[in-house]
Amino acid sequence: MAELRYLRAVNQALNDAMAADPAVILFGEDVGEAGGSFGATRGLRDRYGPSRVRDTPISEATIAGAAVGAALSGLKPVVEIMFMDFTTLVMDAMVNQAAKARFMFGGQGSVPMVLRTPHGGGLGAGPQHSQCLEAWFAHVPGLKVVCPADPVSAYGLLRAAIDDPDPVIVVENKALYAMRMDAPERLDIIPIGKAATIRAGRDVTIVTYGATVKTALDAAERLATDGVEAEVIDLRSLQPWDEAAVLASLSKTHRFVVVHEAVEAFGIGGEIAARMADIGFDELDGPIVRVGAPFMPVPFSRALESAYQPTADRVIAAVRRTLD
Amino acid sequence: MKTRSSGQPRAQRAPEAARLLQLYSQMLLIRRSEERLSTMFADGEVPGFIHLSIGQEAVSAGVMSALNAEDTIASTHRGHGHAIAKGLPLEGFFLELLARDEGLCRGRGGSMHVADMSVGMLGANGIVGAGLPIALGSAMAHQLLGRKAVAVAFFGDGALGEGVVHECFNLASLWKLPLLFVCENNGWSEFLPSSKQIAFKLGELAAAFQLPHVAVDGNDVAAVADAAEKMVRGIRAGEPAVLECVTTRVRGHFEGDAQKYRNPDEVAKLAERDPLRLTAMQLQNMGVAEAELASTAESVEQRVEAAVAAARRGRDPDFEAARADVYSRVEGNHG
Repeated sequence: MAELRYLRAVNQALNDAMAADPAVILFGEDVGEAGGSFGATRGLRDRYGPSRVRDTPISEATIAGAAVGAALSGLKPVVEIMFMDFTTLVMDAMVNQAAKARFMFGGQGSVPMVLRTPHGGGLGAGPQHSQCLEAWFAHVPGLKVVCPADPVSAYGLLRAAIDDPDPVIVVENKALYAMRMDAPERLDIIPIGKAATIRAGRDVTIVTYGATVKTALDAAERLATDGVEAEVIDLRSLQPWDEAAVLASLSKTHRFVVVHEAVEAFGIGGEIAARMADIGFDELDGPIVRVGAPFMPVPFSRALESAYQPTADRVIAAVRRTLD
Repeated sequence: MKTRSSGQPRAQRAPEAARLLQLYSQMLLIRRSEERLSTMFADGEVPGFIHLSIGQEAVSAGVMSALNAEDTIASTHRGHGHAIAKGLPLEGFFLELLARDEGLCRGRGGSMHVADMSVGMLGANGIVGAGLPIALGSAMAHQLLGRKAVAVAFFGDGALGEGVVHECFNLASLWKLPLLFVCENNGWSEFLPSSKQIAFKLGELAAAFQLPHVAVDGNDVAAVADAAEKMVRGIRAGEPAVLECVTTRVRGHFEGDAQKYRNPDEVAKLAERDPLRLTAMQLQNMGVAEAELASTAESVEQRVEAAVAAARRGRDPDFEAARADVYSRVEGNHG
């Protein structure tokens, strides 16, 4: 075992993928000389050269669109969009081109590209550098979306995304970049579409992903002192998602809470709740409760933002509601 | 229109006449295919929207004559000519436009998304300007993988209002990508003259990005072919460029558009610039017999009719097969 940092895991995954396959290339704003605005691509330009690790101008629409063209022409591009908020500028390339190429061209080839981008608040970054917009992409047939919650997943899911023949959005939480954990020396690929049960429990299922995995675990520890054993599931992959694992847990606990940092309304949690209300209806002994951000932009002030983000207290309150 | 070889000795003009006849035949194939699509569309046999390139065939035939099989193109919503000239099988093309399972895209794309990766046709596109970044990425792949190939981005003058044009000009120039930008300047942005929408000249924009720019009569197929050949040579040597083909949109923005916004005299006058008529005149001046043009026309007719007949025999696609083909592999619940 060795200590692994989240950001280092991302860097290691990129490095290993590039070493394994010369078709893997990186491009984006400041990914080369600067090593990425958060440092995710540090050292890679020196190792693989400026052709395979390219700094682009500030041209998000073309970064993503070029990734589609490169992927259709034999490369496996991994592009970085500096903040998920900036993915507003890549929507045509991702939604109309990348997502649809395989299908609308009748299965001729595919678009093996990856778009890495950090979401999430808590850093006082304000309304245009903090949003969690993953539900937009999960809503588009043809795209895959993963959201690693820890360093080992950050490595494994990114490797899986790069290996995947279809376009994958890898959503990293920037508040997690400094996160450390003990990790095996040999890191494995983690398959897309598989959830991880990270805490077993009999009384309630808490399904979550990304930074709120930690929030849910904190809530679960505090609930345990009151004799409530929560099972915490890290989805890891949002599109596709591990419906079978979630249903199996609900069938055991019969109570269900879904938590995410993204805005609660019209979100990932709403989709999961709706599916469980349908296929898990007979298993439910209480209301499905969602915990997410309120329907407002991410505020700048620390006082406002700390009230905005989901907390363990809110998760505990949600669990209490479904247990009552 | 000035002819190019009258007065030359026969031994020299023969290969030029053969080349021009080949281009003529290619343009005629596009024209007859689109005329056939037009009548079939009117009869309700072609679903959806189609955008015809009648009057613009010289651009497709001319540019594609400068390309090799491994070169790639990204096309537009008005892309039938690009597709046919790039060498898509005509039957597969018609099967797709009639939404058949045997179509190139299995009836899932249609006119606005017809593609054939095997001949480097990376797709028509329903989004104005979207082909530019795709062609740019394809050029990156050619450059990085050490291929000699070039990529071509087709777009209309209407696309000049799109931001990606500016982004892609900048990047192509910066990275010396093997990329040819071809602007089919037909003077119209959907229902308005481009002069009411675009405040700059394409040549000035290209100059701002240090890209060589050549404007040609886009209805003179030999002029387009010559310019494209020269520019593609430069591009293979690392100099991306912009080819502006000044051409004519004879039909509406989409088929069925009555073009009430257009002066009928202007449309009628376009016949004078008809690229097929101009090329036929050039060929006759070169001494190509009328009978040869007629036999070219007949063989084109036969190819189109055979493709139409094959398309009519096609099956409807299967819904479950289509649904199962959104991803290359499926793990977990997609919704």
